[in-house]
Amino acid sequence: MSHWDNNPVLKVEHLTMRFGGLTAVGDLSFNVGRGDITALIGPNGAGKTTVFNCITGFYKPTEGRLVMHRSGGEKHLLERLPDFKISANAKVARTFQNIRLFGGMTILENLMVAQHNPLMVASNWTIGGVLGLGGFKRKEAEAVERAKYWLELTGLIDRADKAAADLSYGDQRRLEIARAMCTGPELLCLDEPAAGLNPKESLELNTLLSTIRREHDTSILLIEHDMSVVMEISDHVVVLDYGVKISDGTPDFVKNDPHVIAAYLGVDDDEVDDVEEEVGL
Amino acid sequence: MEYFLQQLINGVTLGSIYGLIAIGYTMVYGIIGMINFAHGDIFMIGSFTALILIVLLGVTAAMPVAMLVMALVLVLVLAMAFTAVWGWAVERVAYRPLRGSFRLAPLITAIGASIALQNFVQISQGARNKPLQPLISGNFKLTDGGPDGSALIVQLSYVQITIIVVTLLLMAGFTLLINRTSLGRAQRACEQDRKMAALLGVNVDRTISLTFVMGAALAAVAGVMFLLYYGVIDFYIGFLAGVKAFTAAVLGGIGSLPGAMLGGLLIGLIETFWSGYFSVEYKDVAAFSILAIVLIFMPEGLLGKPEVEKV
Amino acid sequence: MSAQKPDYMRELLVDSGGGALIALLMGVMMLGMQVDVTSGLGAELILRFRWDYLAYAVGAVFFGRLAMNLLVWRKLKVLDGVSLPKPKVKGEALERNLKPVFLVVAVLLPFALMFWLGARGSRQYIDLAILVTTYVMLGWGLNIVVGLAGLLDLGYVAFYAVGAYSYALLAHYFGFSFWICLPLAGILAAFWGIILGFPVLRLRGDYLAIVTLAFGEIIRVVLLNWYEFTGGPDGISGIPRPSFFGLEFTRGEDGFAAFFGLDYSSIHRIIFLYYLILILALTTNFVTMRLRRLPIGRAWEALREDEIACRSLGINTTNTKLTAFALGAMFGGFAGSFFATRQGFISPESFTFMESAVILAIVVLGGLGSQIGVVIAAVVMIGGFELFRELEEYRMLVFGLLMVVIMVWKPRGLISSRAPSIALSGRAQGISADMVQEGHG
Repeated sequence: MSHWDNNPVLKVEHLTMRFGGLTAVGDLSFNVGRGDITALIGPNGAGKTTVFNCITGFYKPTEGRLVMHRSGGEKHLLERLPDFKISANAKVARTFQNIRLFGGMTILENLMVAQHNPLMVASNWTIGGVLGLGGFKRKEAEAVERAKYWLELTGLIDRADKAAADLSYGDQRRLEIARAMCTGPELLCLDEPAAGLNPKESLELNTLLSTIRREHDTSILLIEHDMSVVMEISDHVVVLDYGVKISDGTPDFVKNDPHVIAAYLGVDDDEVDDVEEEVGL
Repeated sequence: MEYFLQQLINGVTLGSIYGLIAIGYTMVYGIIGMINFAHGDIFMIGSFTALILIVLLGVTAAMPVAMLVMALVLVLVLAMAFTAVWGWAVERVAYRPLRGSFRLAPLITAIGASIALQNFVQISQGARNKPLQPLISGNFKLTDGGPDGSALIVQLSYVQITIIVVTLLLMAGFTLLINRTSLGRAQRACEQDRKMAALLGVNVDRTISLTFVMGAALAAVAGVMFLLYYGVIDFYIGFLAGVKAFTAAVLGGIGSLPGAMLGGLLIGLIETFWSGYFSVEYKDVAAFSILAIVLIFMPEGLLGKPEVEKV
Repeated sequence: MSAQKPDYMRELLVDSGGGALIALLMGVMMLGMQVDVTSGLGAELILRFRWDYLAYAVGAVFFGRLAMNLLVWRKLKVLDGVSLPKPKVKGEALERNLKPVFLVVAVLLPFALMFWLGARGSRQYIDLAILVTTYVMLGWGLNIVVGLAGLLDLGYVAFYAVGAYSYALLAHYFGFSFWICLPLAGILAAFWGIILGFPVLRLRGDYLAIVTLAFGEIIRVVLLNWYEFTGGPDGISGIPRPSFFGLEFTRGEDGFAAFFGLDYSSIHRIIFLYYLILILALTTNFVTMRLRRLPIGRAWEALREDEIACRSLGINTTNTKLTAFALGAMFGGFAGSFFATRQGFISPESFTFMESAVILAIVVLGGLGSQIGVVIAAVVMIGGFELFRELEEYRMLVFGLLMVVIMVWKPRGLISSRAPSIALSGRAQGISADMVQEGHG
């Protein structure tokens, strides 16, 4: 039995999402292992982002369960939580395919907003903050320190007071990851983090993700097209096609799975056997 | 029953006028996504233009029927033309320079334009009410008051028939215009994606201008109908009619032409029935409350396209 | 060069002539003819022709356009299609320097006026200052909702009305004093803000705008028609004046003047009212500036920038919007009860949609989210408006036109930079408004 089945951080069970008559995701089950980097791959329109939107609460699944296992042992049924509680309580953070930063706010402010909930508590839901009670000042300083840590890690520290909209595309992608990490997540969902990056930036991203996994108690689930990224850094790959899981396993296993090859090369189902022969199975 | 029927007729008439104004709001909102607050005042200008034309041409109820009809058609056409120039000018001066700018700026210029138009008319035409002798009199009696003559006589006046018929004709005409002509196609293209439409050779500025011109012309029709129906206008009629018509447009689903008409009818009916059965004072509260309730449960309005939230 | 000149001149004339033609078509009915009602029996309608007015208007448009083409637009035309270099953000430095100046002027104003004009002469100006400051406060209150949280509220005047009527009714029925009613009025307005806000804050953009407009009108119509309770169109009169820590502004023995050993003058109350609204307004400003640096304020601004991202970061957007709405309403309520006590009389007529529009205009013209911008806009719009009182209805026309002109000239408002709420380095630069979102709600 694999690690992700023994010690999952997220269990996706029979997830189905229908839009009217269209089934975007059909009866999908897979596990995300704790501490793993799990990649969700598949051709365009395979339903990857839909799965993400279900996990992070932007869609309510038609059927199925999404169980988040927190490290403390508590379980959260994500499909029952409103979207903001998925981040606040279940500790699932995400980034977006088309970057969603607070463009008119500075980079530092972006990271401060991400620490909204603990800071709200520290400011006694604003009352203590307005009156200038001491506890808040200390907590705020801690929050700034945490933000600085992530800014150093992403190499954005020199531009901390610049507007987020001023950053280059690659920097914006990294800032979005830093912002998600500032919520202190146990599961980080990245929607195509390498899209539009040049090779150098792509490499930096790999390093960043490895650091996150190594030094933080955060598991990563990512959607990616860039196979070099997927194969290099992920421990576990789930392949979707037309909303159905066609393969699930280690990168090596998936790389050689004829279903995957067929899906990526666009072969009809009845030709799968031929392809299998070709790849020597 | 007779009372109900009478209210129904009155409600449909009022609703037609709201609907005509609402189309202007909905078309403009559809194409550039802004609330054209000055539209109610364009309606008011249409009404005044018609009144001036009627006095200028010496149209009176004493004219032979054929003459009267021709004269009124002339008044209608001229009022549409002159009001359209106003609509065009407001767009050119107050909105076009702000195209592509941020969303609240045109809203503020719209409010400014509305204030300016109202006060311009107040200065140029005076603040007094302008009463007009009824031009179209007479009615059909739909019921005869029962065997003992005690029941209410339900009347459908010729003015009401005129309003409803003209509205229906114009609605049909405009629906054809939007659905069948290249102008309509250009409009719909601009609604979807203005930049792409421009790249494909659609003259975006002209299309938007024409939308305002069409909206203003319809508002002028509503203005003429308002004048004929109520027989009295002043410089302030634009505000409330405008707010009601915008409410109608939102209720029906903003951006949708049939929606605007449906919303107009509903607002007209709600107002009339509320005044007829409950209290005249709170008719505006009724209309606005219905709007709030509908929006809370159907945020895109009755016939609007649901706004898809892309993540 | 010389060959192009006639072409250019012709283009100019055609352009100006086109403008004049449009003006002619617009004016021929609405300006050239005036429909009037004969006095006496039978109320006939007559037409008066005023071709001279029309000629002036058309001439003004022709020469105005010609002049603009020659002097202003021509320079821009050369660069058509080329994006102009972005001007440096100056607002911030301006803001830093203006703030203390404004504060000093505001604090010293009554004494300076008294010194120059005497009690009698300065009264009207202090009254005007009170009015302007009331609008500044309303603008600051609305700025929380529109400027920070990005929620378009077209019915803000409703909360102003709730505050005013709360005080008037509490004083009328229970005899409460101003100082008890002031907080109550704020709380009641905030309460109404939550009641009204809760169902509608899910709505986005212009839907929110129209529903808030509708609520504003509903409250006004109810005030107008609930005759037994609110006095309907007659309003409520005899609203008690505020006291200075229990000292009434009266001529008697225990009045304010006698207590301080001054000669009684009605100007004392006016000056007191001025400082009262100044303190209220400055409190609004202080709280807002403070909140901007707290998580709640940052959440408001984040909400304006991107609501979906906010939700993905665990921010409860409904509550965040509600607090903005309630807080804005509360300050509106404070301003309302001040209005009631200052006027001594209120009626629904003071709370029309036009008031909401004017307050919103002050916020947007000043520059969304900019506190000092609100002050400038209020001084220009309200102060200018009141100074030209003799012009009667013309000033309203100019007011409307000015709104259009300022917005076309500076779509982002007069002060268009956003100061960061927190910074690592000592002196962080302002953010150009071009990057700041305006919100969708």
